[in-house]
Amino acid sequence: MVSSRFGDYFFKFFVYLILTIVLLVTFLPFWNILVLSLNSAEDTVRGGVYLWPRAWTLDSYNQILKDSEIMNGLWVTVKRTVIGAPLSVLVITMLAYPLSRRNLVGRKGWNLYFVFTMYFAGGLIPYYMVLKALNMIDTFSVFILPSLMNVFYMIIVRTFMEGLPYEIEESAKVDGANDLTIFFRIVLPLTTPVLATVGLFQAIGHWNSWFDSYAFTYSSDLKTLQAVLVKILSQFQTGSMVSQTQMLANSAKRNAVSSDTIRMAATMVATLPIVLVYPFLQKYFVKGMTLGAVKS
Amino acid sequence: MLARLSKYRWQYVMILPAVVLLFLFSYIPMAGIQVAFKDFHIGGTIWNSPWVGLENFSFLQDDQFWIVVKNTIWIALLKFIFGFPAPIILALLINEVRNNAFKRFVQSVSYLPHFFSWIVVAYILQSLLTLDGGLVNQLIVNMGGDPVFFLGSTEWFRPMIVASGLWKEVGWNTILYLAAITTIDPQLYEAAKVEGAGRLAQIRHITLPGMMPTIAIVLILSMPSLIAVGMDQIYPLMNPANQPVADVLDTYILRSGLQQGYFGMATAIGLLSSVISLILVLVTNQLARKFNGEGLW
Repeated sequence: MVSSRFGDYFFKFFVYLILTIVLLVTFLPFWNILVLSLNSAEDTVRGGVYLWPRAWTLDSYNQILKDSEIMNGLWVTVKRTVIGAPLSVLVITMLAYPLSRRNLVGRKGWNLYFVFTMYFAGGLIPYYMVLKALNMIDTFSVFILPSLMNVFYMIIVRTFMEGLPYEIEESAKVDGANDLTIFFRIVLPLTTPVLATVGLFQAIGHWNSWFDSYAFTYSSDLKTLQAVLVKILSQFQTGSMVSQTQMLANSAKRNAVSSDTIRMAATMVATLPIVLVYPFLQKYFVKGMTLGAVKS
Repeated sequence: MLARLSKYRWQYVMILPAVVLLFLFSYIPMAGIQVAFKDFHIGGTIWNSPWVGLENFSFLQDDQFWIVVKNTIWIALLKFIFGFPAPIILALLINEVRNNAFKRFVQSVSYLPHFFSWIVVAYILQSLLTLDGGLVNQLIVNMGGDPVFFLGSTEWFRPMIVASGLWKEVGWNTILYLAAITTIDPQLYEAAKVEGAGRLAQIRHITLPGMMPTIAIVLILSMPSLIAVGMDQIYPLMNPANQPVADVLDTYILRSGLQQGYFGMATAIGLLSSVISLILVLVTNQLARKFNGEGLW
């Protein structure tokens, strides 16, 4: 008995220790970037800035505000998020509702039609050719149209709707309402929590996506924030490849230092909106995740 | 039948946008797979290019292709070996915390990186691992070691991918396990305490068995995407120095297809990887049927 109690104390200590390490490892890298973005570039080169800025400045953020490429990227990203996410919620819900009702003719077949696309795809090149044939390459529509429909999120919404009682709709039908009225007046209001969840997931998806902008647009005014970040990163990597080898040989020190802090600030611009809304929306994300899994 | 169709006509109006969208962006590309067997050039269309049989599959004799396959399998395996058990362990640890405020805090913080883009993750890695003043190299130097050029090294690329993948997703992946743990009957723990079982024994005999169905489901669901190793994650970190180990099927398709114009070959490689994924799905579904009594569909 006594030894087991001692073991439990030891175990408890161990649990808190590991979790504290997990917390630090998760949080510190992010914190480090925030600190660097707020520290002056000349001071950062001297090294030793990790957990708190030594020479506070908002210079790098000011420079970002003046950087037309990053600001344009931010604008494109905001636009696609604000337009794309709500529209896709509408398309997804309009599909999920009939699929959740038993009276849709050919319901099984339709389900197969949608679910099959989760497991098999034509691949990148045929997809690119279709976009080209539809004249969507290098247009804003390439950000919106393909992502309007998402089968996984549709399943989440459908699962939720399957739990709604039929009786409400039946009584509305007796009163002469058609399916469309029932959908907008009765089903949508009852489904709001899960719609918020799916909308948020889609919004985050839009905010974070870079590949469509990278591969399917050429014009610089269509590059999303993340795509601009990819470009800056690859420029930096090619640049640093040279200078890092020089560093290894103990020769010249890099001189393009100020770009470092600007990259940190750009990273913060890309993440801070998410970090700021996250605390308020966390419960929706978790709910969506568990709902989706119940079905699958 | 017709009466039913007309009675529920609005339902058809409602599913129409989604049907059209998937037809355009999923089903036509599937038909476009025929490019894998055609001689396609810019300016031609999917339909009018001449058939060339299996010519586009000549990459199977190319050593470079097999290196890419090897890289893909390596990364897939390593990500699975570390990425699968980690959230189970973390969920068990979080579940042992009795202080609710701390518990919620750990959960909130550990879910957060899931919402960052892979580009941001690449930037964070870049800043932590860089030679001049990166946190990690500073630590190595302080402990008397030599700085390591992580970002341009072939040995460190795979560990870097596995570790950053864990950093981003391990917390988020605990959600299902934590949900499963809450459904375990508390009386089981009471009974175990009366029997004198310690915390470890309770985990082994109650919590873990209670999580087993969920673990099985997650395992099954992770199988189909096994070889989709994450172009989003790999591409931003790939550079000429680490390309020999970093080049995977997806990056190879992107480069040879969209950037170098070998459309037929890139489509053929894409077809191959789609078919492998599909086989993985079908096999998994059979296994699920056998062990769960119910398949994925």
